[in-house]
Amino acid sequence: MSILVFVEQNDGKAKGSSLELVTAAKKTGQQFFSVSFGPNSDQVQTELAQFGVNKHYAFNSQETQFYNPEIYTKALADLIQEIDATTVLASGSALTKDLLPSVAAVVDAGYVSDCVDLNWEGSKFSARKPLYSGKCFCKVEFSEGAKQIILTRPNQLPIEKAESANTEVVTKDVSSADLKTLVKDIVKGTSEKLDLTEANIIVSGGRGLQDPANFKILEELADVIGASVGASRAVVDAGWVAHNMQVGQTGKTVAPTLYFAVGISGAVQHLAGMASSKVIVAINKDPEAPIFKKATYGIVGDALEIVPQLTQEFKALLS
Amino acid sequence: MVIYVCIKQVPDTETKIIINSDKTGIDTSSVKWVMNPYDEYAVEEAIQKKEALKADKIVALTLGPARSADAVRTALAMGADEGLHILTDDILDSNNVAKAIAGAIKAEGQPAFVFTGKLSIDGNNASVSQQVAQFLKIPHTTVVSKLDVTTDSVIVERETEAGTKEIVELSCPALVAANKGLNTPRFVSLPGIMKAKKKPIKQIPLSDLGVSASDNKVQFKDFELPAEKADVQMLSGDQAVKQLVSLLRNEAKVI
Repeated sequence: MSILVFVEQNDGKAKGSSLELVTAAKKTGQQFFSVSFGPNSDQVQTELAQFGVNKHYAFNSQETQFYNPEIYTKALADLIQEIDATTVLASGSALTKDLLPSVAAVVDAGYVSDCVDLNWEGSKFSARKPLYSGKCFCKVEFSEGAKQIILTRPNQLPIEKAESANTEVVTKDVSSADLKTLVKDIVKGTSEKLDLTEANIIVSGGRGLQDPANFKILEELADVIGASVGASRAVVDAGWVAHNMQVGQTGKTVAPTLYFAVGISGAVQHLAGMASSKVIVAINKDPEAPIFKKATYGIVGDALEIVPQLTQEFKALLS
Repeated sequence: MVIYVCIKQVPDTETKIIINSDKTGIDTSSVKWVMNPYDEYAVEEAIQKKEALKADKIVALTLGPARSADAVRTALAMGADEGLHILTDDILDSNNVAKAIAGAIKAEGQPAFVFTGKLSIDGNNASVSQQVAQFLKIPHTTVVSKLDVTTDSVIVERETEAGTKEIVELSCPALVAANKGLNTPRFVSLPGIMKAKKKPIKQIPLSDLGVSASDNKVQFKDFELPAEKADVQMLSGDQAVKQLVSLLRNEAKVI
């Protein structure tokens, strides 16, 4: 019996959200391993050593450079069988949300994603998960003896270093025979900022910004406080910004530590995607806007005046 | 050859969620049900690509209790040709849902193509699509915002993170899970609704597919509403912005 943590990495550096799960696995006191994919995946070793990881599996051949579901699924499922992992933990991302359900089908594991808490109950994890866009929560339990694969939302669990370990790295090869899936190209997004689903702070704009060009005041605020920029459905549908910026129903579900809703009235569809944010700041001209009912702090006023002032104040504070 | 579109009936976003008395789920008595919004993109894409994918019919497939047939009727009114309803009152975990769907498709022969929505907004698990593809042993791509059909493959755009797109080629048959942006789903027309009434919906009892809730590996329990949020603190006057920055720093401690 062992726990396997899926560590996502870029250029040999582990994603912070993956370290949340490494921390959770270490705390159980059970035998646990980590695994990464990608040509530099062996290099996360130094970082993982600080979190007490004893053994790290790295699928670092050239075929793993881009995510191919077929290659990754077979490789990870084979590893789970080989080391008899009974639990697999990962942080939710574009990659893991596609990969781990497939792996669960292959190794016949119970699968659940989008969890906001994890509890070790002696021999397995239970989890807590929001349902119906956060309108209720439930406890997730796994049947006795079932393998479990659990994905958590980023930024929900603590990251704590442990007594450092002498991490052994085991490099593994993948099989790329008889593929029906071919990754032809990766078109990089223009934004350097973190994806909304992983951002700790989000500044979102809506129709109250009056003009697409005014999104730049949100960009400026976001740059100062290290935030990512989101948007309401209204402005996405109006073509002001790209769909990948949409927060809410048919957009992204986010739960950052701090969420700014700027010129967003707070339609149910928007609230569905952000209501579980820890602290919500609402800035809106209309004192009756529903967003104020969900907000922690509210300012009634013109976003075009307030946001630049806010940027200046934060600049002064953080410089 | 048949294109399958997997759809799910879910509570409308505006519906108030009430927990049932033994906390094992939600009270569904006053829920307004709709087709999962992402599934609309899947149905629309199937209709638009039917000819290119060399299919002669589109089957809208669902799994759920009797009321789920309404979601199938919506798909039929949009333009799907037939319905397939795996009938059960049981709650299944995602692997079992996928096993049942794949089993129902296999029983009818090799599909031309399978479309799904990228996730259902009730459970937000985003898992059944990939698992159906695994059980059917066909390739898949999720979160797809563009699809072109070639001779014997499809080329799709998959949206990943921060605006990045992966261009992926899948040999057919394949499964594609639709994202918003793939197309603009048509509105259901009155003639469409009239026609849908005459289209057949075949029912299959879940037990015929060898899948049972007793094999679930995942259980949802202890349902509860989120903790009440404290009232909003409204800030006003010249100092509102300064005050906000100070509260975020010193009270909320998030900056």
